[in-house]
Formats: sequence, structure tokens, C-alpha cells
Amino acid sequence: MFEALIPDVWPPVLIYIVAAVVLPFLPSHPQRAFLTLVVPLIGGWMIWTVPEGQHAVYPLMGFDLTLMRVDKLSVVFGLIFSIAAFLAALYAWHVKDRTQQIATLLYAGTAIGAVFAGDLITLFIYWEGTALASVFLIWARNTEGAYQTGMRYLIIQIGSGVILLAGIALHYQDGGSIAFDRLTGDGPGSWPIGTWLILFSFGIKCAFPLMHNWLQDSYPAATVTGTVTLSAFTTKMAVYCLARAFPGTEMLIYVGAIMTLFPIFFAEIENDLRRVLSYSLNNQLGFMVVGVGIGTELSLNGTAAHAFCHILYKALLFMSVGAVLFRTGTSKASELGGLYRTMPWTTFFCIIGAASISAFPLFSGFISKSLIMSAAGKEQYFFVWLALVFASAGVLSHSGIKIPYFAFFAHDSGKRPKEAPWNMMLAMAMTAFLCVFLGVFPSTLYGLLPYDVKYEPYTFAHVVEQLQLLVFALLAFALLMRYGFYPSEEKGINLDTDWTYRRAIPAIVSILLRETGRFKTWLGATVVRYLPSWQRGLYRHYGPDGLLGRQWPTGSMAFWTTVLLSGCLLSYYF
Amino acid sequence: MASVSGENAVTVALTLTEQLPGLQIVVPLMGAIVCAFLRRGNLAWLVATLVTWSLPVISFLLLLEVQESGPISYKMGGWAPPWGIEYRVDQLNAFVLLLVSSVSAVAVPFARKSVAVEIDSDKHCWFYALYLLCLTGLLGMTITGDAFNIFVFMEVSSLAAYILIALGQERLALLSSYQYLIMGTIGATFYVIGIGFLYSLTGTLNLVDMTGRMEMLGLTDAVSPSMLAALAFIFVGISLKLALFPLHAWLPGAYAHAPSFVTVFLAATATKVAVYLLIRFLFSVFPTTAVFSELPMSTILLVLSVAAMFGASIVAIFQDNMKRMLAYSSVAQIGYMTLGIALANQAGLTGGIVHLFNHAITKAALFIAVGAVFYRIHSVRVEDWAGLGRKMPITMAVFALAGLSLIGTPGTAGFITKWNLSLGALEHGYWWLVILIMLSSLLAVVYVGRVIEIVWFRKPVATIDEARSPPMTMMVPLFVFAVAIIWFGLETSMSAGYAADAARFLLGGGGS
Repeated sequence: MFEALIPDVWPPVLIYIVAAVVLPFLPSHPQRAFLTLVVPLIGGWMIWTVPEGQHAVYPLMGFDLTLMRVDKLSVVFGLIFSIAAFLAALYAWHVKDRTQQIATLLYAGTAIGAVFAGDLITLFIYWEGTALASVFLIWARNTEGAYQTGMRYLIIQIGSGVILLAGIALHYQDGGSIAFDRLTGDGPGSWPIGTWLILFSFGIKCAFPLMHNWLQDSYPAATVTGTVTLSAFTTKMAVYCLARAFPGTEMLIYVGAIMTLFPIFFAEIENDLRRVLSYSLNNQLGFMVVGVGIGTELSLNGTAAHAFCHILYKALLFMSVGAVLFRTGTSKASELGGLYRTMPWTTFFCIIGAASISAFPLFSGFISKSLIMSAAGKEQYFFVWLALVFASAGVLSHSGIKIPYFAFFAHDSGKRPKEAPWNMMLAMAMTAFLCVFLGVFPSTLYGLLPYDVKYEPYTFAHVVEQLQLLVFALLAFALLMRYGFYPSEEKGINLDTDWTYRRAIPAIVSILLRETGRFKTWLGATVVRYLPSWQRGLYRHYGPDGLLGRQWPTGSMAFWTTVLLSGCLLSYYF
Repeated sequence: MASVSGENAVTVALTLTEQLPGLQIVVPLMGAIVCAFLRRGNLAWLVATLVTWSLPVISFLLLLEVQESGPISYKMGGWAPPWGIEYRVDQLNAFVLLLVSSVSAVAVPFARKSVAVEIDSDKHCWFYALYLLCLTGLLGMTITGDAFNIFVFMEVSSLAAYILIALGQERLALLSSYQYLIMGTIGATFYVIGIGFLYSLTGTLNLVDMTGRMEMLGLTDAVSPSMLAALAFIFVGISLKLALFPLHAWLPGAYAHAPSFVTVFLAATATKVAVYLLIRFLFSVFPTTAVFSELPMSTILLVLSVAAMFGASIVAIFQDNMKRMLAYSSVAQIGYMTLGIALANQAGLTGGIVHLFNHAITKAALFIAVGAVFYRIHSVRVEDWAGLGRKMPITMAVFALAGLSLIGTPGTAGFITKWNLSLGALEHGYWWLVILIMLSSLLAVVYVGRVIEIVWFRKPVATIDEARSPPMTMMVPLFVFAVAIIWFGLETSMSAGYAADAARFLLGGGGS
């Protein structure tokens, strides 16, 4: 009977699970750390060599579950997840906490599993798996605050899974299929409620506007190494799912455009650098969602390429800020500055990450973002294209300049920390190398992309256009710094609008932002005002001494029996 | 000569197979009597264990036979039904028999050490005798095809259970046992009154015969007043035994104050048998179409089930006594079983029936973990458990795993239930019910997550200084249940497959 259990192709998620089970029994720390390092390598090799097609199909409850659906789209995400898992493991070599090691393995494994899922039920299983595994990276910080944050995170993540399951069930009911393929049908007008629920659950994990708060809430709350891991998987898994199920859904273009814009303002005024990076992560996701929404071969290639590059440079930025946090105990811009004197290498790597995210030519962000921008231009989405350009300038400002400037330069904080530990340095160096390598040799990445599209990023027009944007934004920053206007929040917004494109969109957005902000404040205040009394009420009735929680007297038990009996009799007879 | 003795052997084997339904009851009953005559606790435990281990073998053979050749009818004492008592095994109760006997068989090794510390040594033999009597009663209620015989076995199991609960160490155990006694007696009385009505209507006590006669009287579509009264009394009586909200109030006290092993045993089996009886009466004795289409039975059950899922789960969140918390969680989980009954379609009923099994293994694992901790640190207060994950890692890992099953995480047994229930709800177009099922799972996330956080992430407190891994007799059952939770979460042809067979059998009018 076991022959039926042996798949034709071993899913890479298995070795992650096996390793997670074995890990706690290894006797010494280097062995355990080594295991976390080797597993992604083997997993990556398995993905690299696996033939295309549907593999490892199992019948379960009358469904055929496809554990390995291999095509170019899943392979490119599987590869970058393996690389990210490897780099994160190297960066976390010094962490002796087994819980975190196991959680990281399971988290990466389930994320990779999700990417190769060929049907919706398998997807759902891994979807919840990532949620459960990742929360331990937040809880591992071991503070009351981290516990609360983790709980909130878990509820939202599990909630998205629950919505997904409901969507799958409805979808199955409608069409009788659980295949994880394009769900767009004849456009949103014809979608049954199941499809909407599936999109909604993807949207939560992808941090769509107004569903995004869990991201900025939880990522900065995780451990130094945990944040690096978290930044790679969950959201990109959601991007993959969108690209798989909803390519060419026009609505997503606008959702994505808004995603690229609104985090900018928050990122500008935020003091905690890890939170700044979380906002900028959200903004980068917007580019990918726009790519999915446009849905041409060029733009889907762009989404995949951008996810690939983004995972690397975002990890690099989180690593460098993490190293600072590790050495100084803070990641607040106001408490940092002048660290380049004693952490020159970290500074250097951070600047490479910053240059990549800002899409400087010869860095990875340039070669992937321009795919999406070109696709938007080509399909005549002028305002969307404009929004993306504006967002790019914003990225430069808050991630490209603000992060390295306030952490390593700016006013001298007087802190003289040691350089980061060797393993962090090595992880950062490798990531930085990949960022530059992809920027210089884009064809390596383009060869992996799902569609065969000829695209040349280094045309004269492109490079000049990008440099114009970047140089003017840099100039603006320099001037504002010189005259002491930065970092007041309005100036931050004006910096972008004044010097790039004088358009009304940002103003409208900021008004909307203020109004939604006001609404949120009101909502928050109301909740804060009424929550305690509501909680007390709940406790009064349901607590150990409450009506429902305490030991009832025998009489009232018998009373309820009579009530039910007479209720039944009455309802039967009448 | 040789051929003759060979033939004899065949005849003996044949008769033994034919006697299986009788043996299912007689073996534990004899075991109880033997235990009562013993004077050494360990010996009594050994007898109880061997007897309990033989039972799943019998019920498994019965299940195979039912699958092969349909329902088995066994004449007790050679008196032909409907005058004599008939034991009748079909797809539904074969599954329940296997559930009760195998869960008890896995759990019984746990009793050895646990009972040794929690019960006075002069009472050990009586304890095991009562345990076997209780088991006899539960199996008897399941296997018999005679309405009055059900009542007799109900009383056998209940009386034994009252005493077992009263053996708990705290003084509250006595109160809880007394309350259970009162409520259990009311329940049994209601049941007998209901049977009385049915007897006056049909003139028979045999369940199959009863259905046939109701059909003859033309009661399948129209309903008569005395049948309605019978239905109401039987429904409420059984609901008391299965702790349907709001008739659940006896359960938390009984589970919380009983000795650890008794809690494990009762939580995994007693309410399940009561749920079985409800299913039996609603789907194969009473005319199903009349009950579900002309009476508001679905609505009543649906409302009470949802109230249980939410009310009891919220109460569980605020409990600081682990056993009490799990007891309230049981009330909530029973809500899922009755929800499956309320849905009354193939997928829903499958979910309800398979939850009998899934919840039995899940709760058994949880209560064994609690019992093992109590064995080491003598406390079931949740704040005394802080940091326990470091001292008893395997026990707490199983606890967490079973907690996930309670929530219904995919890959665990609990997921199978919720999936089937959701499908059943959607078949009716009740998408709001699917949302309610999911929301109630979130409540389970809170009460399970709270314990996991305290156990794994808090700094250890002084109460757990002495804690270390539990003895083997506790570890093995714990481990078996843990494997079962995962196994039946992935490989469902056994559990969900049999449950689906049973549901198909019931909905196909197989009872009549």
C-alpha cells in the first residue's frame, strides 16, 4: 500500500518538514545551524532539476491533490524562496533558539509548498501553514507586546485562510473544480461570491490598502533575524497566487497603484527604520500587483522579476538595519546616526540595498521595475504610469536615502558599535552581490521568467529618464537637508510632488488619507472607550463566576430541562 | 478422527464468530466481576487492560462483517425478536462500537499510574470493576436493538459513572457527581417516558419492529400526538445525556472533578454514545422525513448547536482550571456533532458522525496530557503551568497538536470534521453557517493559544520545579493519540469513509 504513497517527484517541502522534525534532536548548535543552511540548498537544487508538469498527485476525500505543479512561474518563485531561506539562515547563524530555527524551516517550506500547489486545497493547507509557522518568529521576541502583536497577526492570517477556505468551498460548489488556475472567468462582473472571497483572502496576505495594517504592525515587532525571514515569504506568496489566479484583472491595476502611493507618506514620517522598511515593502508590493493587473506577458514577467529582486534587496535592507538593531539595541532614526565610522561594511551593504530599491541603473531594482513600468506605458495606462513614477521617487526618498542617511550618517549619535558579526556580514555580502549581479547581467534573471519576452532595460532613453528622476530627487533632498526643512512631514511630500511631477493625485490622496485617518482615529477612540466595558460585560457573563461559567445549582439545570421539553412540545404541536 | 476434530474446530470457530455481538458485552461484564473479586490493584488493572484490549478486536471483526454482508442480528439467549432482546449491528453502531472500544483500549494503560496516585489503594479493584461496568453499559447501549434494553444499559453505565466521578479527590467531586446523578436520572426517566409512549403506540420495544409498525400505522408523513410526545421526551432525555446546550451544566463539574482517567474515559466515550443514540432515534427509528421536514427539529438543533459552539467556547476562554476549560470546549465540540445532525444531509451527517471519532481522539489526548501533568505537579491551574514546555516537552507538544486539531487546522483530524460540516451547510445554501463555523474556530484559537503561550513562552514558575517527562504508561497512549490525530487528518478512508457509509446507510432509510 505504500507504493501509492511514493510520489514521482519529491516535493521540496518534505525535506523542510523532515529537517524541522530532526533539528531539535541534533546535539550541538553548529549542527543545527548547518542543517538550516543545507536544507534550502537541497530544496533549491530539487526545484532547479524538477521536470515541468503535474507531479505527486494524491487522492484525498475524493479530490486529487496535486502537490507539485511545476511550470516556469512556480519555479521562479520556488527558487527565490530557496535563496531567501538560505540567506536568512546564514544571517541567523548565531541564533541558538531552536523554536526560531524550526519555525523558519517550516515557514520557508510551507511557502515553497504553496507555490507548487496545483489545487486550491493544497494551497489552503500551506496557506495556513505559513501563518502558524511564522507567528513563532514574532513570539520568539518574548515580550508581552510581541505576544499581543503575534496574536493579532495570527488572527488576521488565520482569518485570511478561513476566508480562503470558504471561498474554495463555494467555488467548488459552483464549478466542481478545485484546480488552482486562472479564476478570472468573464471578468469581475460574472464572478460568484466564492471567487471574490478567494481574491479577498489573497488581498489580506498581499496587504491591499486597508487590509495592510498587520504588516506594519507585526514585521517590526519580530526578532532581528525573524523580520528578515518574514519579509521574504508571506506577501510574495500572495503575489504569486494573484499572478496565478487573477492575471489581467483591471481592478488590480488601481489597487496596486494606490498601494504604491499611500505607504510613502507614512514611511516619510515614521521614525522606526524597520517600520519604514515595512511601509516600503508594502509600496513595492504595489508594483507587483499592478503588473498582475495589467496581465500582459511583459507585465507578468515584470511581477515575477520584481518579486525576485525585491526579496533580495528588501532582505538586504532589513539585514543591515537588523545588524544596527542587534549592535545598538535600537532601530529608531532619532537615536541613530554616524554609525559609518565603526560599521563601514554594513553601511556599504545598506547603500547597495538602497540603490537597488531606488532602481539605480546597474542595480537589480532597475531591471525589474522597468518591466512593469514599460508594460504600463505600453498598455496606455498613463495615470497609472504616472503614479508609479511618483511612487518611485517616494521610494528613493524614504528607502533609498532616509534609511542609510539616518542610520549611518546624519548627526552623530555618539554610538560606536562594533561591526556586525561575521555571519551577518557574509549574508549581507552575498545578498548585495546578487543585487549587483542581477543589475549588471539582467539576462540571467530574464531567462528564468515565465514568458519569452525580448526586453532590453539598458536603452538610452530608459537610463536617462531614470537618472533624471533620481538625480533631481537627490538634489531636492540635499537642498532640503541643507536648509533644515527635512524631515518635516509636509516637506517630505512636497519634495516628491514639487520636483518630479506636479500632479493633483497626491493632494487628493493626502486629503483622503487625512479623512480616513480621522475616521480611523474616531473608530479607534470609540473602540477604546467602549472596549473595556464590553470586555467586562463578556467576562461578567462568561467568566468563571459568570452566569454561563459558574457551577449551576441543580435546580436551574432541571429548570432548563423543563424549558427545553416544553419548548419542544409546543413547537411540535403548533 | 483427525477430520472429525477438524470439523469440530471449524464449528467452534463458526459459533465463536456468530457469538461476537454477545461477546462484545459479556467479556467486559465478566471482567468487571473478576475485578470485583480481586484484592490487588495492579492485578485488577491487568485484567481491565487485557479485557479492554480484546474489545476492539471484536468490534473490528463485527465492522468487517457488516461491511461485507450487511446488518447482523443476534438473538440474545436464543429468544427470537421482537419478543426476545435483539443485538443489532449495522454500519452506524459498528463504527461507534469500534470507536468506544479502541479509544478505551489506547487510554487504559494511562490508568495504572494515574489511578495509583489519585485513588486510595483499597479501592483500586472496585475502581477497575466500575470502569469495566461503565464500558459494558456504553457498549451495550450501542449494540442493542431493543429500546428498553438501551435504558437498562444506560443505567448500568450511568450508575458506574456517578461512582467513578465521586471518587475524585476534591470535595466538589461529590457535588458534581450528585448533580450528574440528578440530571442523568431525569434524562433516563424522560427517555423511558418516551419509550412508554412509543410502546403504547406500536406495542413493541424492538427498534426495527417499531419503525415497521409506525410505517404500518401510516405515521411516516402524518404525525400523531403520542408520537410527538415520545419524540420530545426522548430528544430531551438523550440531549441531557449528551450535554446539549443549555442542558450541559452537569458536564463541566463532572469532568473537572473526576479522577484524571475517568475524565479521559468519559470525555472520549460517554457523550459520543449519547450522540449515537440521538442519531439512531432521529434517523432510523422515527420517520426521518416527518421529523425533519414537518417539525422544526433542524431549527431547534441548529440554534442550540450554534449557541453551544459560541457560548461554551467563550466560557472556555476565561477558565483558569485546565480540566474545566477542556470540559467547556467539549460542550462546544458537541455542538459540532449536533450541527451535523441538524443539517441532515450526506456531507453534514458525515461530519457529525466523523466528529464523534475525531473529537474522541483529540479530547483523549488533551485530557491524558492534563492527567500526566497533574501526575507530576499536582495542579491543573493554568498559571501553575507557566514554562512547562521546557520540562515536559513531549507532553506539551502533543497538547499543542491536539489543540490544533480542536481548532480544526488542516492536517489534523479536526479539519476533516469542519470541512464536511461546511460542505453540508453549503448544500443547504447556508453560507452564513460556514462563516459561523469558522468564527467559532477562531474562539478555539484563543483558548488553545492562551495555553500554548503560557506553557511555551512564559518564564517557568516554582510549581513546575519537580516536573519531568511522564512515565511510559502515560507516554505511550499520548503518543498513539498524537499519531492518530495526524493520521486521521490525512488518511480519511477509515474514519470519514466509515462515517460516510453510516450516513449513506441512515439517509437511505437503511434503518427501516
